[in-house]
Amino acid sequence: MQKELKVIGKPMPKLDAGIKVSGKAVYGQDVVLPDMLYGAILRTEYPVAELVSIDTSKAEQLAGVVSIITADDVDVNNISYRRDHPALKKGRVNCIRDEIAAVAAETPAIAREALKLIEVKYNVQEGVFDPFEALKDDAPQINEFSSHEKNKNISHPFHYEHGDLQQQKDKSAHIVTSRYFLPRMTHACLAPCAITADYSNIDNRLTLYSVTQVPFLYQRDMAHVLKMEPSRIRVIQTVIGGGFGSKLDMYPYEPICALLAMKSGRPVQITFDREEEFIASPTRQKMVIDLTSGVDEKGKFTFRVAKIIMDNGAYTSWGATTPFVMMQTFSSMYQMPACVFDADAVYTNNVYAGSFRGYGNPQATFAVERNIDLLAEKLGMDKAEIRLLNANFRGEFTGQELEFNTCGHKDALEMVIDGVGKTRKENDKDQKRYKKGIGFASMLHVGGGAKIYPSDGCGTILKMDDYGYLTIITGSSEIGQGSETVLGMMAAEELGIGIEKIRVINTDTDIKPWDVGVHASRTSFVAGNSLLGAIKELKTKLSPKAAEMLKTDEDDLEYDGGTVKSIKTGESIKIDKVARQIHFKGPNDLLTVSHYYEPGSKFADKNFKGNISGAYAFAAQAIEVEVDTYTGNVRVLNIHMAQDVGKVLNPLGLGGQIEGGVVMGMGYALTEELKVDNGYILNPSFHEYKLPTACDIPEIHFYPIETIDEAGPYGAKGVGEAPLIPTAAAIANAVSNAIGVEIDSLPITPEKVLQALSNKS
Amino acid sequence: MPTDTHKITFTINGRKMERTISPSLLLIDLIREELSLKGTKPGCLEGECGACTVLINGDAISSCLYLAVNVNGKEITTIEGLSTDDRNAPFDPVQEAMIQHGGVQCGYCTPGMVMSIKAFQEHCEANRFVPGREEIKKAIEGNLCRCTGYTKIIDAVESLFEGE
Ligand code: FES
Ligand code: FES
Repeated sequence: MQKELKVIGKPMPKLDAGIKVSGKAVYGQDVVLPDMLYGAILRTEYPVAELVSIDTSKAEQLAGVVSIITADDVDVNNISYRRDHPALKKGRVNCIRDEIAAVAAETPAIAREALKLIEVKYNVQEGVFDPFEALKDDAPQINEFSSHEKNKNISHPFHYEHGDLQQQKDKSAHIVTSRYFLPRMTHACLAPCAITADYSNIDNRLTLYSVTQVPFLYQRDMAHVLKMEPSRIRVIQTVIGGGFGSKLDMYPYEPICALLAMKSGRPVQITFDREEEFIASPTRQKMVIDLTSGVDEKGKFTFRVAKIIMDNGAYTSWGATTPFVMMQTFSSMYQMPACVFDADAVYTNNVYAGSFRGYGNPQATFAVERNIDLLAEKLGMDKAEIRLLNANFRGEFTGQELEFNTCGHKDALEMVIDGVGKTRKENDKDQKRYKKGIGFASMLHVGGGAKIYPSDGCGTILKMDDYGYLTIITGSSEIGQGSETVLGMMAAEELGIGIEKIRVINTDTDIKPWDVGVHASRTSFVAGNSLLGAIKELKTKLSPKAAEMLKTDEDDLEYDGGTVKSIKTGESIKIDKVARQIHFKGPNDLLTVSHYYEPGSKFADKNFKGNISGAYAFAAQAIEVEVDTYTGNVRVLNIHMAQDVGKVLNPLGLGGQIEGGVVMGMGYALTEELKVDNGYILNPSFHEYKLPTACDIPEIHFYPIETIDEAGPYGAKGVGEAPLIPTAAAIANAVSNAIGVEIDSLPITPEKVLQALSNKS
Repeated sequence: MPTDTHKITFTINGRKMERTISPSLLLIDLIREELSLKGTKPGCLEGECGACTVLINGDAISSCLYLAVNVNGKEITTIEGLSTDDRNAPFDPVQEAMIQHGGVQCGYCTPGMVMSIKAFQEHCEANRFVPGREEIKKAIEGNLCRCTGYTKIIDAVESLFEGE
């Protein structure tokens, strides 16, 4: 019998909310170390140029400047998983983000002043800013370290296929082909990047106060760049003011800060201002997707062929690997008999792309869902019905060999179809001017981690003290998503102690056990399972003693209300008393245990087939919009979002993740684009790059679906990325539905809407 | 005293202070650097995000656009000044509502958001006005939040006026 849950499933405020509302949380820009200097980075003035000379002599003479570095002063390895990115550029610059020199000074103002005194002579050159141009034979090689045999300007190619394409084409009653344009979107975390580096030459140790969301991979990458042993680098994560994937990689400013600290012999802090944040942060992968899809006369999908060209920018970061995720959407979202998928990350002289919540999936979902609407129109079939007919199902083993042991896809579709039917209202305004429309979209995403690294595991150490307080030392990281609260809730549930007696320690690589990092919506799932394993081990110490003290059997025990109880006799004993007995009376032990959990997922084979996640998340959205055909403005009225979350752990945190994700998806759909022209960034400010504000917020109706996946903690699956993924697709479908035009690019700006309307008439 | 400095007196979080400052010093720098009150957050330094919001004589202003000399004779409240010394009830009702309604995720927008809400709440109370959701949205329109999608923050503000 499932025991009744007392903490899990009930709303719990975040454990760190108190320090955050009081202004006491210490973010990267709040760190102050004794004798600390301030660093600043000189970036190129031109996207593409030969660096003829760099003269730092005037800057060195400025009072208060302590050290200056250029590529000539340092002995380092390249960064990036492709090893194609020098932290400081030598000889030439390849994009507008490029770092040429860096200064450490007594004050931020002096550091900035010194940058102005560095004289750089450029020999400006023509760049290649269009990936299709870069693929031509006569294009220059853009990145000198690029090594792929397929094409000198391809950083990373992907090919995947399953099924009998010709057979499925023959079966198709209708085939549609479209080209979709997906823009650069930037994370725009409210806290700009910040790092503080402190190097001690006494023991050759480097301490980094960092905002990384993958501290152990970061430690390894940093060590590679600096040619140090990883264990000599201690990563302390400050409170992180927004992640969303932006902190999944290491970027040049981080080793640069370490190098300045090493050279200066004093701690150095680098913080970005907002403009630098827009220019120097990675973006969502910009791409062009050509998608052909087929359907038979009954409305069953037959095949998809996707060809994707991604603008990689001048260097490679994780954005180039988004096809790992995208191919699942093409191959396995809705039942899919045949699929061929090709994606190339192509070097250009634009700014480079990184990872961003959803990891390519919002782009892929946009293409798939737009194509589905076109197929439905050809068939004259209802757009909800065609989706229900093809929905994924429990027990499905997809062409890519993903195993859907639980699947709430159909339920999710039904809930939002029903929901939007209820909130839909007749047009109350001038019908000639205002047109309403409804759009649907689904999403499939990994929900139990993703095996893309040799281990996808997480370690946990537990320590219960003599007073019954518990310390959870987890490898996982908190980046605002609320994972530490969920861990606290699980421990409170299992040990029957109040959450106020639980502390979570998760910010120091010298202390915490290994974890691969925050990505792929994995933290609650993987860190949660790791914690539950550790609690089991803790109980192998607690239970025998408690049973002995209560004169009963171990399986008669219940942990509740700060006590251990005998279910049979009703007698109980305080848990801290048991702890003290174990410590002082016998067996003279401490309540300290450690556990490592590795998900049962597999690596994909070289054909990208295999069950790479412990569980899969499904969601569906139905969105109602109103289009003002005079101004082209799109207003989102209602968002219905149903998601298979496995099991709701913390409804308060879950709701926040859903609403935050959906609104971020609205920004992607309607306003957000980092505009780049000839390599220059045109809109590096909040004034010109528009985030959604409180006034843009529609009613968000959320329907969690509990499918209880036995692989997850209490049946839960990953949650964090899903809500963003289908939103832009559903909004585009709704706009298209409202005004009867094809929407093939994002963001759907008023200009584009007006243009589409005038093309139509 | 050199000519390019100014002497100002002001009250911050109930403490009276006197400082000699440069006329170009921004209020956010006075608060964060000179007074080491790090709760007030720099998000853009261009008046666009609201993370640096503090109260001056009860009005919410962006401290990144405000010259410190102009606080002379005035009363500043920062996020640190909202919490109380009471161990059993350490929070202002606005802070408490944000915690209970899940209005905080990464928390970087939170201090500024809380200060804007505080000013709005006092303004509404002074005018015996109970705002609806649309008015609440307008009141926090100048505070960007990338994490929450605002809904839970709006819920938190709404709860402050329940039963009125
Ligand atoms: S920092 Fe002042 S408004 Fe953004
Ligand atoms: S909670 Fe992160 S920006 Fe608002």
